[in-house]
Parts: sequence; C-alpha cells; structure tokens
Amino acid sequence: MGHDHDDGKGGCPHGVSRRGFFTAVGAGAIGAATLGRAQAPAAAPAASAGEPTKVTLHVNGRAHTILAEPRWTLLFVLREQLGLTGTKVGCERGECGACTVLLDGVPRYACMTLAFEAVGREITTLEGLMVGEQLGPVQQAFLAEDAYQCGYCTPGQIMAAEGLLRTNAEPSLAQIRTGMSGNLCRCGAYAHIFKAVKRGSELKKAGR
Amino acid sequence: MLPNFNYVRPSSLADAVRQLSTPNARVHAGGTDLLGCLRDGVFAADTLVSLSAIEELRGIRPSLDGGLAIGAMTTLSEVAADPRVADRYPVLSRAVAAAASPQLRNQGTIGGNICQRPRCWYYRADFHCARKGGEKCYAAEGENQFHCIFGGEVCFYVHPSDVAPALVALEALVRISGPAGARSVSAETFFVPPSKDYTRETVLGPGEIVTEVVLPAQPRGTRGSYRKVRARGAWDFALAGAAVVATLTDGRVTRARIVLSGVAPIPWRVPAAERVLVGQRLSAKSAARAAATAVEGAQPLAQNAYKVEMLRGAVEEALAALL
Repeated sequence: MGHDHDDGKGGCPHGVSRRGFFTAVGAGAIGAATLGRAQAPAAAPAASAGEPTKVTLHVNGRAHTILAEPRWTLLFVLREQLGLTGTKVGCERGECGACTVLLDGVPRYACMTLAFEAVGREITTLEGLMVGEQLGPVQQAFLAEDAYQCGYCTPGQIMAAEGLLRTNAEPSLAQIRTGMSGNLCRCGAYAHIFKAVKRGSELKKAGR
Repeated sequence: MLPNFNYVRPSSLADAVRQLSTPNARVHAGGTDLLGCLRDGVFAADTLVSLSAIEELRGIRPSLDGGLAIGAMTTLSEVAADPRVADRYPVLSRAVAAAASPQLRNQGTIGGNICQRPRCWYYRADFHCARKGGEKCYAAEGENQFHCIFGGEVCFYVHPSDVAPALVALEALVRISGPAGARSVSAETFFVPPSKDYTRETVLGPGEIVTEVVLPAQPRGTRGSYRKVRARGAWDFALAGAAVVATLTDGRVTRARIVLSGVAPIPWRVPAAERVLVGQRLSAKSAARAAATAVEGAQPLAQNAYKVEMLRGAVEEALAALL
C-alpha cells in the first residue's frame, strides 16, 4: 500500500477514485455493479457443476451481480472476476492468511470460502478500508510502523488487524498476538506488525 | 481451482437430509476441512449440500436438563466467546480457543470439527492407504513422528480435533439426523476406532448429519481444563494433549474424566488414570500419579516415542490447572 500514497492525507489527484476504477473493472468483466447494502442472508441458488450461475455479492458496500461456478472460491472471484487484487493468493489451503477478508466484519480466509457461501453477507476487502483516496487508520498504522518487509502478507495482516479491532478496540499485546496468529509473515516482521495493530487501535479511537 | 461439483444450500434440515441422499453428496458445514480434501483429491463430491442457510442449526441455548445445546453450525469462535460455556464448561472453552487459527475458528463449526477427516499426510496425499481402501498403512513403517501411540490398528492416524476430547470429558451427547429420523449417541461412542472399522471415523451413516451437541449439566464442584502441546505457539495440531474434568466434594475427587488428544485415532479416554484420582485429594502428587498411569500401555512407533513423556507432562499440567 505504501508506495501508492505519500503522506496519508490528500485527495483524489487523478479525478477517478480507486474504488470507482475497481468497480468499473468488475462491471466490465461480468455485468451489473449496483450500489446497495447487504440484505439478510438469502439462500444461494442451486447450481450445477461447471455452469455459470447468477449470484450477487456485496463487496465494500456495493452489490456485484456476476456469473459464477459453484467451485469458485471467494478469493478467485474477488481477484479474477471483480479485479480486487488487494486480496492476495498465498498457500490456498487456509494456512497463511494472505487472503484474509472480512465477512460480516469477521476475518475469514477467502481461499477456503466458496463464493456462493458469501452470498447475502457483507464482504470487506483491503480496498474497502480506503477512505476515498486516503488510507484507513489500520493501513496508516502499518505504513507508520514499517510493519512489513516484502509486503506480500500485508493486506491479509491488515484485514486480520481490522477484524480484531472491530471486536476488541483496545487489545492487549497478548490479545494482539492471538488475534494475528492466523497470518504468517515470511520476512518475520511480527514485532512491527504487533506495534502497528496497537497504533491502528489508537488511530481508530482518534477517529483518523 | 477446485474440481467441479453441484451446489445446493437448503434452508431446512429436512431438505438438507433429502439432498444428501443424492449420489455422492457431501456436507458443507464451515468448509475448512472439506475444501482442502476436495482440492487435494482425498475424495470427490458430485454435490455439496451447504448447511449455512439452516437457521435451526445455529446458536447456543439452554437444554431441558439444565445444560447447554450447541447447534452444529455454531462456529468455534461463537462457542469460545459464549460466557455460559466459559463459566460452566471451561474445558470446552479452552479446547475451542486452542483450535486452529482465528480465521478458521470464525469459519469452522462445532459439528464440522468433530467430523474432520484424518490429517495423516499419507491419507491426505496420493497414497492408496488402508483407510482409502488400499492394502496398508504407509505411516506404520514410514514417517510417523506425528502418529498415534494408542489405539493404532491397521491405521495409525491421530484424531485432529481439540474439541472432541473436551466433549467426551463432559459426557456430551451428539444429536444426529438422517433419512431414518433423529438419534443421539454419546460423544464417547460417536468416534469409531480403527479396531472396529478402519475406513470410517464416526458412526454417521449415509445421509446422516450432526445437528447438535448437548452438554449435560455438571455437578456442583466440577472443574475442567485443556492442555495442548504443539510444535509452535499457534495454529497447529496437538502433538499431545489432555482434556480433564473433575468433580470435587469436600476436597476429594468424586468423579474424574481424562481424555487424551493428539495421541490416538479417537479421543482417548484413560479410565485407569481416572480411577487413580477418585477418592483422593487433588494435589500435585495425585496429578503426577494419574499422569504416569495415563501413559501406561502406550505403543510408540519408530519416530514418536517422544510423545509418551510429552503426554505425561500434558496430563499432569492439565490436572494441576484444576488445583
């Protein structure tokens, strides 16, 4: 995230918001993208193997109606159908946390979640933490604490932190360590990651 | 990409049971184990029947006898966060919190957790082992540092669940629904040891699903704890562990349940160790004696003798936590 943004402030220099851009990509790929809030969970349609079936996913406050196969994971749909590449592909077996997203505000591995299982739920990805073109508080905190080296695991780390802070606004270090234990960092930036979660908690409290 | 399958998400239990009678249909609860098995080709599915839209399978409510009934689709996180579970069933609360990672606890369900398939690396990989209908257990003479020291016979995997030993220790009931109606079995008899049938892990028949886990009211003076030893501090399966429940009356143990994790193909109850405690005062000394008894009769394989001492320590620490 860091290289996309200079100072954690500022507006929308290119005249098109990042969110607008991604939505347009998603819409171009499959069809309608409409504004809308998540509805109460509804039964997903019965779908036949290999047959694209119409489903509506609520991602970052927008409804995306797409044609999806039953075997598609939420990770695949987010990246390859909606163009939301902030969610990373890691182990694809629920062990590393790079693909962490929020489902109804709760962290989940998108690689182990069928897209159909996310129907009727509010999905939040890294892109959804942006405030316009400005980084959200947890994103700012990771930048400020230098909480990464290669940065590949960072989106997942940020989403795990965001989920933790939504249920526990002021976690202790022990609670942070537990809350972040589903995310691996191969570079070993854990000490900075824990500091960033603490700072994210402070920034959120300050309403940043 | 996962292999192809049909997908249905019924909104009633009756409909789910009906859908499960279609050829080669599989239950999708949380999906954390199922999707891994499908991806690795451990088994295939023609149809996935998702239980996630069935409201009646979700949530924790008081049961008629003063205990708690936990819907099979309740996530491990929901169980861990429930104050009634933490207050009255600490062994379960701790076991649930020790399972997997936060993300997997947010997704994995208590029903799915006790229906996990073996985590043996030969079973998960491209080996046609005994459990998959083949001729032999590759772990018996192969890489077996994480395999069982109790109850191995033909197949030598260890049961992967932390929750299951806690349920057996609490004398929980497992409620089941299927084509022939509903039935209940004790958690202790829900799991099938290889000596009885090495091709299945539970008593579930074709088309049957777990609907609820019922925790009976515990007598006054009951305490519980779970100790899990793993290779890293988080997100790992048990190398050895123990779920313990003891009821104390006037300082003496009147009832004890000691159930081992990570060392046998089913949650492994050790009645001999329980008997060591009954009638005694709970102390560091009696805990050590019970722990020594718990590991008697262990039959380690070529690479896992380390588990015996580790298990003895785990049982001792679990019991010491009740003091």
